[in-house]
Amino acid sequence: MKPVDNERRKFLKKVGITTATAVGLSAGAKAREKKEPKETYYGMLYDSTRCVGCKTCMVACKEANNLPPDYDEERLHDAPIDLSANTRTVIKLYKEGDKHAYIKVQCMHCIDPSCVSVCPVGAMKKDPETGVVYVDDSCLGCRYCQMACPFNIPRFEWNSPIPKKISKCDMCWFTNLKEGKQPACCEVCPNEAIIFGKREELLEEAKRRIKENPGRYVPRVYGESEVGGTGVLYLAGVEFEKLGLPKLPMTAPPQVSEGVQHTVYKGFIAPIVLFSTVLALNVRNRKKREKEEKNE
Amino acid sequence: MRRDIHAERLPRTMNRRSFLRACAIATAIMGLPAEMIPEVARAVENPKKPKVVWLHFQECTGCSESLLRASHPDVATLILDLISLDYHETLMAAAGKQAEENLKKAIEEGNYVLVVEGAIPTKDNGIYCKIGGRTALEILKEAAEKATAIISIGTCASFGGVQSADPNPTGAKGVMDIIKDKPVINVPGCPPNPHNFLATVLYILTFNKIPPTDKYGRPLFAYGRTIHEHCPRRPHFDAGRFAEKYGDEGHKQGWCLFKLGCKGPVTYANCSVIRFNDVGAWPVGIGHPCVGCTEKGVAFFMPIKKKVDVHKVTPPDTYAPISVKQGKAPVTGIALASATLGAIVGGALVASAKLPDKEEGDDHETGR
Repeated sequence: MKPVDNERRKFLKKVGITTATAVGLSAGAKAREKKEPKETYYGMLYDSTRCVGCKTCMVACKEANNLPPDYDEERLHDAPIDLSANTRTVIKLYKEGDKHAYIKVQCMHCIDPSCVSVCPVGAMKKDPETGVVYVDDSCLGCRYCQMACPFNIPRFEWNSPIPKKISKCDMCWFTNLKEGKQPACCEVCPNEAIIFGKREELLEEAKRRIKENPGRYVPRVYGESEVGGTGVLYLAGVEFEKLGLPKLPMTAPPQVSEGVQHTVYKGFIAPIVLFSTVLALNVRNRKKREKEEKNE
Repeated sequence: MRRDIHAERLPRTMNRRSFLRACAIATAIMGLPAEMIPEVARAVENPKKPKVVWLHFQECTGCSESLLRASHPDVATLILDLISLDYHETLMAAAGKQAEENLKKAIEEGNYVLVVEGAIPTKDNGIYCKIGGRTALEILKEAAEKATAIISIGTCASFGGVQSADPNPTGAKGVMDIIKDKPVINVPGCPPNPHNFLATVLYILTFNKIPPTDKYGRPLFAYGRTIHEHCPRRPHFDAGRFAEKYGDEGHKQGWCLFKLGCKGPVTYANCSVIRFNDVGAWPVGIGHPCVGCTEKGVAFFMPIKKKVDVHKVTPPDTYAPISVKQGKAPVTGIALASATLGAIVGGALVASAKLPDKEEGDDHETGR
């Protein structure tokens, strides 16, 4: 039985080398560099202390993007309780005693968006010029972006018998922006609680408001650096977590995940090594069997 | 505005103040800015009166009546002084042969605005409505031929009205379904608001063209929005406060009449804004749901009690909470799902156990 043992030793050696290579490659993986917002990036600034909760933005959003209502039980109102395939923005109410605050839920248009990073078909896009994150028609409905989004924004057409794509705020990319107008919600807001503009300028404006109105705001702009920065910025008089804006790390998730992935697959070395090992093993086994058959 | 400007040709029963007021209302209804009021007043004062032929068919003369007996008589006076009414069966002094002569003469001269009140029966060659031995269909076709524009006043002339309700024994139709080669402006309503008719006439006189209309030929300035959009009871709708029965607590409180069958959400008209009789009265205001009289296929076609679908659904005045609780699957559902899964797995096991073991022979051949 000695020759067999010899074979086994050789086999283990090969496997060992392959594993070591793979591990070595992975260990070399680092978070990739942070993506910085460009000057040309669009943004929105929502000021919770200015919002009066009139929901005109919700109505305008549906009109501009031709979205059907989310009916209540009696089919009288469009009464979404959260985002859905039909609802891309929703005004929510925070209440604590006699204190209350509104919050507008919508896509944050991250500087380094997880949804774009994970989309297997490149349907989720970030426009390089404006930084607007939008879904195009090639979406196949895998819902990977739903899992990846730190803000739980993209929604799937569960209500449709033939669901086809993900729905989320795209700053009216296909409608108002195409026509050279502002996104519908910013266009109609009666109190300028949500305004549209260059992200850089909006960030300055937000900081100015905090500085000039001490005590009115939580002294921080949500979205300035959360998950590497977001296109949509929030100001509020109540802690952001209470308004449903989660406490998140300041690095973008794709920085880490893409770093690992891109290292493992760099030059396609790891897959080639893996599959050539498997192939070698197969060839070896086959030869061995043929030999045995001959001997019999 | 100089004081003497509009003094020359004021209707006898009007003073300058009420004249300008009527012009201002008409200008506002047309959606024109206040600077246009003198323009409108000038058009009214133009000594060249447009000729009007006013035909009556299957109707109750309610449209004419509401125009004449509006509590603010100036509107009717204004219209009647504004135009040269060559033929109007209810208002003209002539009768019999003389009246028919008038009509014949007016039609021969041509170049007039034709106002039609009432539906036109078309079944059996239109024998169900005859005037002077001729059918309504004949008269309309003849009069329409030489008309510059046609205004259908009231729902009957616009869409057929109550005569055309099921089973429509006379085959009653509106003017726009019969005359296809002329512009037809519909001013529906049962009756229509006199101010809307006035504004339509003044629009034509001021701009010398017909006003922009919707797909049913209704002037957009008066019929561009639904009753629901400007209803004073709208806040009750948004808050979900409804009168459930006539005379119940909600009805007494002035809550929304939607559940009593109000057709406001599908009815395009400006009733909720300009209202009637110059005293701010209108059906919904006095506690009766809108029946949708200005809308094709609503009044006379739909039971008053029937609820309509809200055409433009908007959010209520309640708010979503910050975090939405996830629904839990019911225990029975989970049990059922588990049982089904168990049955499938069990069945598969039993089935696989019964399968003949074909692989055995193969194994022997390879010597393994």
